[in-house]
Amino acid sequence: MSYEFLDDIATADVAFKASGSTLPEMFRCAAEAVLHVMLPDAGQLMARRRRTIRVAAQDVEMLLFQFLQELIFLKDARKLLMRVKDVQIDEDRPRVTLQARAEGEPIDPRRHQLNVDIKAVTLHQFCVRQIPDGWEAVVVLDI
Amino acid sequence: MRFSPGMRVPGRIIASESILRAMEDAVFKQLANVAKLPGILQHAFCMPDGHWGYGFPIGGVAAMDPREGVISPGGIGFDINCGMRLVLTNLTFDDIKPHLKRLVDRLFQRVPTGVGCSGFVRLSRREFRKVVEQGGRWCVEQDYGWSEDLERTEESGCMTGADSQDVSDKAVERGVDQIGTLGSGNHYLEIQVVRPENIFDPQLAAAFGITIPNQVVVMFHCGSRGFGHQVATDYLQTFLRVMQSKYGLETSDRELACAPLRSSEGQAYFSAMKCAVNMAFANRQVILHRIREVFEEIFGQKAAALGMHQVYDVAHNIAKIEKHAVDGKPQDVLIHRKGATRAFAPGMAGLPAVYQQTGQPVIIGGSMETGSYLLAGVSEGQKTFYSTAHGSGRVMSRSAARKKFHGRQLLQQLRDKGIYINTASFSGLAEEAGGAYKNIHDVTAATEAAGISKRVVSFVPVGNIKG
Repeated sequence: MSYEFLDDIATADVAFKASGSTLPEMFRCAAEAVLHVMLPDAGQLMARRRRTIRVAAQDVEMLLFQFLQELIFLKDARKLLMRVKDVQIDEDRPRVTLQARAEGEPIDPRRHQLNVDIKAVTLHQFCVRQIPDGWEAVVVLDI
Repeated sequence: MRFSPGMRVPGRIIASESILRAMEDAVFKQLANVAKLPGILQHAFCMPDGHWGYGFPIGGVAAMDPREGVISPGGIGFDINCGMRLVLTNLTFDDIKPHLKRLVDRLFQRVPTGVGCSGFVRLSRREFRKVVEQGGRWCVEQDYGWSEDLERTEESGCMTGADSQDVSDKAVERGVDQIGTLGSGNHYLEIQVVRPENIFDPQLAAAFGITIPNQVVVMFHCGSRGFGHQVATDYLQTFLRVMQSKYGLETSDRELACAPLRSSEGQAYFSAMKCAVNMAFANRQVILHRIREVFEEIFGQKAAALGMHQVYDVAHNIAKIEKHAVDGKPQDVLIHRKGATRAFAPGMAGLPAVYQQTGQPVIIGGSMETGSYLLAGVSEGQKTFYSTAHGSGRVMSRSAARKKFHGRQLLQQLRDKGIYINTASFSGLAEEAGGAYKNIHDVTAATEAAGISKRVVSFVPVGNIKG
């Protein structure tokens, strides 16, 4: 499970590739990358709030889009930065559903060395694909 | 630009040779994709600050026939009505120099910046929905501004036809406490000085209120915050659902998801987009109110006595219906400007009386090191549907900038150069280093050489707050 930031996709914004041996692991890794953009040192985040994230979509690609978008929503609407601990994905058609457990705390600029805010998950070159040893996704965030 | 199959109109890039050579290939591909959209008229344009975007390139301008053309959130951007506002003072650099640090630090306290920041305006969700329908008008009614501010704002600070029923609860929840906040990324608030040698057109400069040597102005850049971002995200998904199945439309990039303007989805997005436009006007109006308060506090005089008139407020991520000549005949067009600014010529309807002789003031934000510009619209601007550049445009990725520049060092270097900065994030500051941007002087010179706007003055930064 890992993520790397990609330099040559979005000059003005942030692109990353996330991978994992299973789909839930890759989702969790993509959530880590999103957190890293806002808070580079995730060790500064304490587990003082818990949330269950539930999203559904027509396929796993849009499910990842919805899932990451939910983290951005929590940041603005609830002022929460969250670390995703556990992801369960149910691929029963016609809808793919996700349930994730997340822990975190309200943004505190005195304790959190924040980097930049994320406006949105874009669909620019957005993809989720199976690779020989698991799954990977490419995500571009609008900053 | 090479022809790509399916292009309905040619692409046209406004640039000098050196700017054109430095443009990424993606700009050409994206512009070709824009030229394929149904209903596009005349040309798909890209301004000289153009760079790689989502769907449209940043700097993209496209006018659609509103009867048969499409509207695309990708032609407006996630930060709907991201824009610039410029405010005068009658102070000189010598007047503010002894107070500069206090002034910047106080502005930093009073105008919230950074990740997930909240503003001081406390609203119920219901009241917020009223704000997004009324924009700057709501603010002035609440005493967060002067009525002349509205006259000097594009669309008078409120786009009509904004119905908050077209906006999701999620969008409201993201934006309800964000009025009066700057955000982060490339958003900033800057104290700038007009040096006598940086006046290109003294007559126009005087008409825009720049009359004193080394006069101090305040410029800021921000948009519709999480509210606008959510509106764009919501409708991107709506359009993806119906684009092909309901309207038989196909695009080569999902970020160009679109729907006919006349369709129910197109109309709902246009209305929601107007709500986000109005939220951004309200946001900048409340920030202006705070700036005036801080100046009053530091200089012990009323903002009116300090000559704190707004020059103008421009939107650079927006779509609207405007009347333009198409094949010699005036007609309504739906114009998309994404990272591009309207630049109306003297005498055009839509300009306030005060700018009927001068043309529209156009505010161009540069990097925090290289300075910014005030331009004016010109009559030759008809060729780009009276559109011009919006800023300098990035040339270096954020992570490359972080590797090359160090936030704390940069802050010190800029202080040594006489630019006092307060920031919510040192790494965010490094990402916005001047070296990460195109040369603003080349960009504005190119708009003048192309005859789409005229340089009036340039500004040198002396104080900056960054998210």
